[in-house]
Amino acid sequence: MSDTDIGLWAVPIAVLGGAIRVSTPFLFVSLGECITEKSGRINLGLEGTLVLGAISGYAVSYHAGSSWIGLLGAAVAGSLFGALHGWICKFPRVNDIAIGIALMMLGTGIAFFFGKPYIQPVAPRLPAIPLGFWSDVPQVEAALRVNVLFVIGILVAFALHWAFRNMRLGLIVRMTGDSADAARAMGYNVDRVRLLATIAGGAFAGIGGAYLSLYYPGSWTEGISSGQGLMAVALVIFARWNPLACFGAALLFGGAGALGPALQSVGVSEGYYLFYAAPYVLTLLIMVLTVSPGRTLAGAPGELSITK
Amino acid sequence: MANGVVGTKLPSGRSLIAADLFPSLERFAETAAISLAALAVSAILFGLFIFAVGKSPIELYGLMYTGGFGTWFSWQNTLQRAAPLLLTALCVAIPARLGLVVIGGEGALVLGGVATAAIAIPAQGAPPMIAIALMAAAGMMTGGLWIGFVGFLRHYRGVNETISSLLLAYIAIALMNHLVEGPLRDPASLNKPSTAAVGDAFMIGSMPGMDVHWGLAVGVVACVATWVLMERTTFGFAARITGGNIRAARLQGIPVGQLILVLTALAGAFAGLAGMIEVAAVHGRANASLIAGYGYTGILVSFLARHNPLAIIPVAILLGGISASGGLIQRRMGLPDATVLVLQGTLFVVILLSETFYGRWKFGALFGGDAR
Repeated sequence: MSDTDIGLWAVPIAVLGGAIRVSTPFLFVSLGECITEKSGRINLGLEGTLVLGAISGYAVSYHAGSSWIGLLGAAVAGSLFGALHGWICKFPRVNDIAIGIALMMLGTGIAFFFGKPYIQPVAPRLPAIPLGFWSDVPQVEAALRVNVLFVIGILVAFALHWAFRNMRLGLIVRMTGDSADAARAMGYNVDRVRLLATIAGGAFAGIGGAYLSLYYPGSWTEGISSGQGLMAVALVIFARWNPLACFGAALLFGGAGALGPALQSVGVSEGYYLFYAAPYVLTLLIMVLTVSPGRTLAGAPGELSITK
Repeated sequence: MANGVVGTKLPSGRSLIAADLFPSLERFAETAAISLAALAVSAILFGLFIFAVGKSPIELYGLMYTGGFGTWFSWQNTLQRAAPLLLTALCVAIPARLGLVVIGGEGALVLGGVATAAIAIPAQGAPPMIAIALMAAAGMMTGGLWIGFVGFLRHYRGVNETISSLLLAYIAIALMNHLVEGPLRDPASLNKPSTAAVGDAFMIGSMPGMDVHWGLAVGVVACVATWVLMERTTFGFAARITGGNIRAARLQGIPVGQLILVLTALAGAFAGLAGMIEVAAVHGRANASLIAGYGYTGILVSFLARHNPLAIIPVAILLGGISASGGLIQRRMGLPDATVLVLQGTLFVVILLSETFYGRWKFGALFGGDAR
């Protein structure tokens, strides 16, 4: 133990490693929510989609024997739920925020309903890349075991950032989000664009959920998600609807989420439960600091109900 | 609304009632028809779901009736569960009148329960009436501050109330775990960390002739009082104007900020009171049993009741009955406990979808009035 005893340095290293591990679901859900919100709609139900993605990913992975097929299953389940949200919201007088709450309840309900038999069995997990191979310190090595999805998430963030600026599709989504009238005048079907954006958002949230059950924490339990889907919605506002900023924000949130376990690992147990509240407090604090009444946020899609 | 119309009708009480009753009957018929149709549609959809997983929907609904409303025993169980739902639904319905979607009642309930225990423990030996009043005040104040803070953030900082209230619910649960595991922990509670018991003297008993605690009566009174406040006072009228059009409310000189603060605090106070009742009538101490999801089911109750405080009473009893029958369905049909959650989710989605039908059909024609 003597040559690997790094004392209190274990805390920042564990927080860094935790940030990488914990941030991946935040990253995927926030990228998905970013696409949906850019089109002018908000899907609060991603919390439910996340849990649904977690169980479908786990179940499919278990039966198919491959975590990648499981991931696909999670994406399909997530996009189906996204389609449900997008379809319901096209009706007049239907409130997208309230539908999100309802889908949160329904998604969790369906996931728990079918999840009971999967609490015991072990499904194949997603692989990790040992980026910490150069280090002799086990803590550093553990911290730098990066999951493939984390890398994919970063690539997706860059791709989305580029697509929103340079691709026809990205511009259509942004236009629909900024002014439905403009999109209609250009001959685009606003409801269809938003439906597709919500489906894409649901697929990303499903993948985020599969990460939870297939990598970290890496098993299916009913308490698998603790508001990550909801925090991701706040995270997108903090990131000003910019996919690259979403990545940074996800890392920050992941770090906050890793603080409690990291402190516990070095023996700090006082106020242990309070540290578990850190991500929520951080989210709230960030929202208080970044939004203000009577002024629209820079970069906010004009049609978005949550910032009006 | 034109000033003249209201002015001419006001002096004669009778014609005011007659003139008012017809449009409201029309609205009532529309609401009742659409709500019942939505209930039926979700019952069919959920029945199909149960059929698809290979169980009998008829057996399920039969058990649901038996377990929730079949016997006097199940009625008592249902009413016992409806009591906190009445109060947590008000926590959603009151802000909804202001156009706010507050969904964090669970947090106010949990902290209200902890505050109740925290004040009851040092008050041991005090006259029960005074102690119970103090406990109720502590629960209501804690809940009121918690959700009032949501209103404050919304109005003065522009923070979305839906997200902030749900985040605060997670924070409240972490806070409860901290207090119950640490400063307030009863060393004797080993398996399930809890506060010390509030004591038999401070427990709220059952109502005469039944095995249902007084919380039910408190909830019903709260619903009726809220209805009077929102529908029959100028204060409630101002709140409804604010919810309808905040700019118009400001132009009328309505103190919008104060209104939001007072009403969100009132909403939170009701949820906190639900926590107090759960501690002082059911659990006897504050612990993780408070996290029973009453705050979340309350959201559904309020939306099903279309945020009408009087309609909350039957809806809370209906949903209380559904959750009371959960155990029976689990035992007899081998379905998981999440079955109730799936039904609630289906109900919620369908009821929101049914919003789109309001104003499309002219129910007025049924009553001979002119269809507007």
